[in-house]
Amino acid sequence: MAVKVPILKQGKVLIASIQEDLSDSDILDLQHRILEDVIRCRAEAVIIDVSAIGILDSFGTKTLSEIAYSVRLRGAKLVIVGIQPDVALSMVLLGLTLPDIPTALDLDRGLALINGG
Amino acid sequence: MQHPPDVLVQAIRYDTDVISARQLGRKRAEELGFSRPDQALVATAISELARNIVVYADQGEIELATIHQPDRVGIKITAKDRGPGIADLESALADGFSTGNSLGLGLPGTRRIVDEFDITSSPGLGVIVTVVKWSRR
Repeated sequence: MAVKVPILKQGKVLIASIQEDLSDSDILDLQHRILEDVIRCRAEAVIIDVSAIGILDSFGTKTLSEIAYSVRLRGAKLVIVGIQPDVALSMVLLGLTLPDIPTALDLDRGLALINGG
Repeated sequence: MQHPPDVLVQAIRYDTDVISARQLGRKRAEELGFSRPDQALVATAISELARNIVVYADQGEIELATIHQPDRVGIKITAKDRGPGIADLESALADGFSTGNSLGLGLPGTRRIVDEFDITSSPGLGVIVTVVKWSRR
């Protein structure tokens, strides 16, 4: 399967920037690669940028939470950045929230959150 | 300007079909003048219904029909499959209930984000979910 989401390494931070609407298997592939890379690169933090995503439904949200909790168990931080206003609204109406998972407006603020906290 | 066809059908079998269906729905909602939040809700509802087909029934289809009324326009989304059906509809519509490995928010969540919701199923005869989202003018 082609890699849909490149994971960039900047120092001890991994940045996964989602560029297009992902299928369920693409999201699972991303989950797998992030967890591998966190170990391989000894990363201390992961940022997932979802600003290009027009929809986050129950499966996408569930998988993002699973990624966040697994990364945390590795002793690293995870921040989700760029959830679009319409996406946020439909997530809340659907009953989906990301409890305990830090979020930030954009990549810059996500990096600030990691460096500051 | 040529009118787009009033009924669109997307066959659902693979998870990439889920993406096609929700993109089709978002585009149609946009063409009909739905607000951006409502476009996202239409796409989300389609995504949940289409995923249920892939996960629980192997294959089926999503039909999108436009409803024109004097004071409003709507999109009727019909999700049909010929899978095993749902034995306990009441539980399937309750938050947090799932027989798959999911959050159990697909059907109850979808019901919350649309204006009309109807589901029929019998064991062995598949599932038909019909929802309507209106855009007020």
